[in-house]
Amino acid sequence: MSTKNRPLSPHLSAYKFNIGSTMSIMHRLTGVAMSVGTLLLDSWLIATASGPQGYDHFASIAGSLLGKLAIAGWVFGFYYHFANGIRHLFWDAGKGFELSQARASGITVALLSGLATVITWFLLFG
Amino acid sequence: MSLKSPLGKVLGLGSAKEGTEHWWSQRVTAVAMIPLSLWFVIAVLGLPAFDYVTVSAWMAAPVNAVLLLLFTGTLLYHSMLGTQVVIEDYVHGFAKVATLIIVRFIYVALAVAAIFSILRVSLGN
Repeated sequence: MSTKNRPLSPHLSAYKFNIGSTMSIMHRLTGVAMSVGTLLLDSWLIATASGPQGYDHFASIAGSLLGKLAIAGWVFGFYYHFANGIRHLFWDAGKGFELSQARASGITVALLSGLATVITWFLLFG
Repeated sequence: MSLKSPLGKVLGLGSAKEGTEHWWSQRVTAVAMIPLSLWFVIAVLGLPAFDYVTVSAWMAAPVNAVLLLLFTGTLLYHSMLGTQVVIEDYVHGFAKVATLIIVRFIYVALAVAAIFSILRVSLGN
């Protein structure tokens, strides 16, 4: 029996944009991105342990445009995943499930993480 | 009346017991990451400079070294649990098992390298 021609469940594009699903996939994306980013953290630790020469080599890569972009992205990923993670923990405790509450907490997370990101960018690169 | 399957009755082992382990560990590490990651971000932003002398002196201080070990260890564990779920969702068959094993190896290597590095800086070469 062919399994190729079976009907598919509705494709992603069939759904209307909404805060809940967008924030959910963003949580996963920022988590995956920061998981890749742990390589950057590890490199920093290893470079520091390797001595001044190794550290300067790392610092020149981290200080390049690409390095700065990675750090800037990590900062946003961190605040978003941090704030939205707390939102998830409240859900795990059975709180905040009303549609209006989930909307309000979603907007709060987006605003807070955006604000914290901009402040941190300013402190780091300003 | 028992809801146990015939196989379950013969084995007499009861429930899996560790069925919620992964889910629960993800939550526990998430809670631990709240203070640890806040400390990390505030501490790093508070560094006067990012040169070798400043960073290694900061890393060598006992309180910083211990918190950095806790932060890195918890972060890598939390990240490994999350990555595992993502792989289980999108990769299937043999590739799934292979990816899960390789990713686990990478995380263990990252954790050992991080712990070794922090201790080396803190305890001296």
